[in-house]
Amino acid sequence: MATDGKTAIEVRGLAKRFGDVQAVAGVNFDVSEGELFGFLGPNGAGKSTTIYMLTGLARLDAGTIRIAGIDCSKNPKAAQHLMGVVPDESNLYPELTGFENLCFCGSLYGMSKPDREARTRDLLDRFGLADAAGRKFAGYSKGMKRKLTIAAGIIHSPPILFLDEPTSGIDVASARQIRQLIADLNAGGTTIFLTTHYIEEAERLCRRIAFIVKGRIVRTDTVEDLMRQTDGRHVVQFAVSNGAAGLCEAIAAGFPNLQCQAVSDGAVRVESSEQVRIGPLVRLIEDRGAEVAEARKVRPSLEDVFVRITGIEATAMKQEKAKMGGGA
Amino acid sequence: MKAWIAFWNILAKDMRTYYLKPPNISWGLIFPLAWTGMFFIRSGAGLDSVPSLLPGVMAVSVLFGTTSLLSVTVTFEKKGRSFERLLLAPIPLELLMLAKTSGAILFGVANAFVPVVMAAFLTDLSGVAWGSLIPAIVLIAVSSTFLGLFIAVSVSEVFEAQTFSNFFRFPMLFLCGLFFPIEKLPALLRPLSYALPLTYGADVLHASIRGAGHMPLALDFGLLAAFCAVLFALSLRNIRRKWIA
Repeated sequence: MATDGKTAIEVRGLAKRFGDVQAVAGVNFDVSEGELFGFLGPNGAGKSTTIYMLTGLARLDAGTIRIAGIDCSKNPKAAQHLMGVVPDESNLYPELTGFENLCFCGSLYGMSKPDREARTRDLLDRFGLADAAGRKFAGYSKGMKRKLTIAAGIIHSPPILFLDEPTSGIDVASARQIRQLIADLNAGGTTIFLTTHYIEEAERLCRRIAFIVKGRIVRTDTVEDLMRQTDGRHVVQFAVSNGAAGLCEAIAAGFPNLQCQAVSDGAVRVESSEQVRIGPLVRLIEDRGAEVAEARKVRPSLEDVFVRITGIEATAMKQEKAKMGGGA
Repeated sequence: MKAWIAFWNILAKDMRTYYLKPPNISWGLIFPLAWTGMFFIRSGAGLDSVPSLLPGVMAVSVLFGTTSLLSVTVTFEKKGRSFERLLLAPIPLELLMLAKTSGAILFGVANAFVPVVMAAFLTDLSGVAWGSLIPAIVLIAVSSTFLGLFIAVSVSEVFEAQTFSNFFRFPMLFLCGLFFPIEKLPALLRPLSYALPLTYGADVLHASIRGAGHMPLALDFGLLAAFCAVLFALSLRNIRRKWIA
């Protein structure tokens, strides 16, 4: 979605402390109208706290927030009518049906009964939930709950949508469907502020991304500019059975010009600014008694950029992903 | 107008999902019935005792009905994070919390009239001053509901809400003059009685049903209203401090 240059969200010097923990430490960024902006970082980086402050669910210790030009720093309610919020947990009412939940959420924004009922029917159709409209939310699957929660966030057609980990903990098919819905919403003109710790998701959906680590933004850039950092880099990934332990140290010792990183228990990734010659590496691995099941050249990804900029190992993000229940 | 659409729908949803649920309706009926029966049998004075028991049973029904349900429902929604939906709605917090408490207030008022309807079959209620009784019941329901809100904001678990409610409810019942006259309480406890909203509600109920009030009605109503305002303001302050932290 092309942006029109007007600022939808303007954040300056945003800070928040919980006891001894500085959750957000002087964060600055702008999001243009119609942009899909990604806020990427590991768990505990300050993503949700930032969304809480932007939407009025948490007070700021310092800084200013402007939503569509409205200063919300002192009065968080001032711009709530302009925003839709999809929290990281599906938090609709378990005892209400899908239809009742959406109608109720519409009423919270002052929509008249005919308007909210018509919009509810439209959204249930669009999100593929029309058949489950009369079922209680408590009986929905995780993916259905997530979709209905997103529908509840846009029931009043807000120009700005905050999405906190929208595909976390749901199955691959539902996650794919939700990503498509997000892309469609953005194509329709909605400004989207998306937090996620799924790097591939951010890469696929966002135009610009901010990396946040320990409450600080370490880099904000377009996906293209971030990916340009990988130009001229060559990466080969080896899948190894038995004997991957200590392999990176051995590679580093034998090939000082290569950077090696363990991706998982049975895989290592070798990176260099020059072409990586696979043969000598295979011989080294096999000399150590391990067996190479696969060796393939991979295109450097945003994950590699993230690792380089933040210093956070991709494995750490992957472990978080597993803890959250997969999904992406 | 838009804010009132939200107000009405929050109230309607709460009535439907919590207060008009069969278990709560039956609890709302059985609880006052059980208290009436217990005191009626305990007094041993036959039907003559009904007017003297009525204020106490009405107040107990309101107090327990409102504090139990409101503190539990708000804690439940807070824990399930559906309460965040309400906090994200573009309506003032004051109006939002009034909408959230209105269901409990109506439930409490309805509870209070269960023993009145029963008493109407057993004794002559023609001498009851309804003009003061009804506003007193409403104010007792409002103050009890706001006490429930204050409790809900102070705890994080549903079971804590129930335990913490009893911390307020039982001392209040025995110190407010409903069952034991305040002048017969130990001198040390008497000041505590006058720090409780139910003391002033009980006084109006005694005055309205038996003509036996101890304080001017205007003072009772004024102090009850003040308790309502203070409890509501304290709850809002705590919501802003703890839930929008």
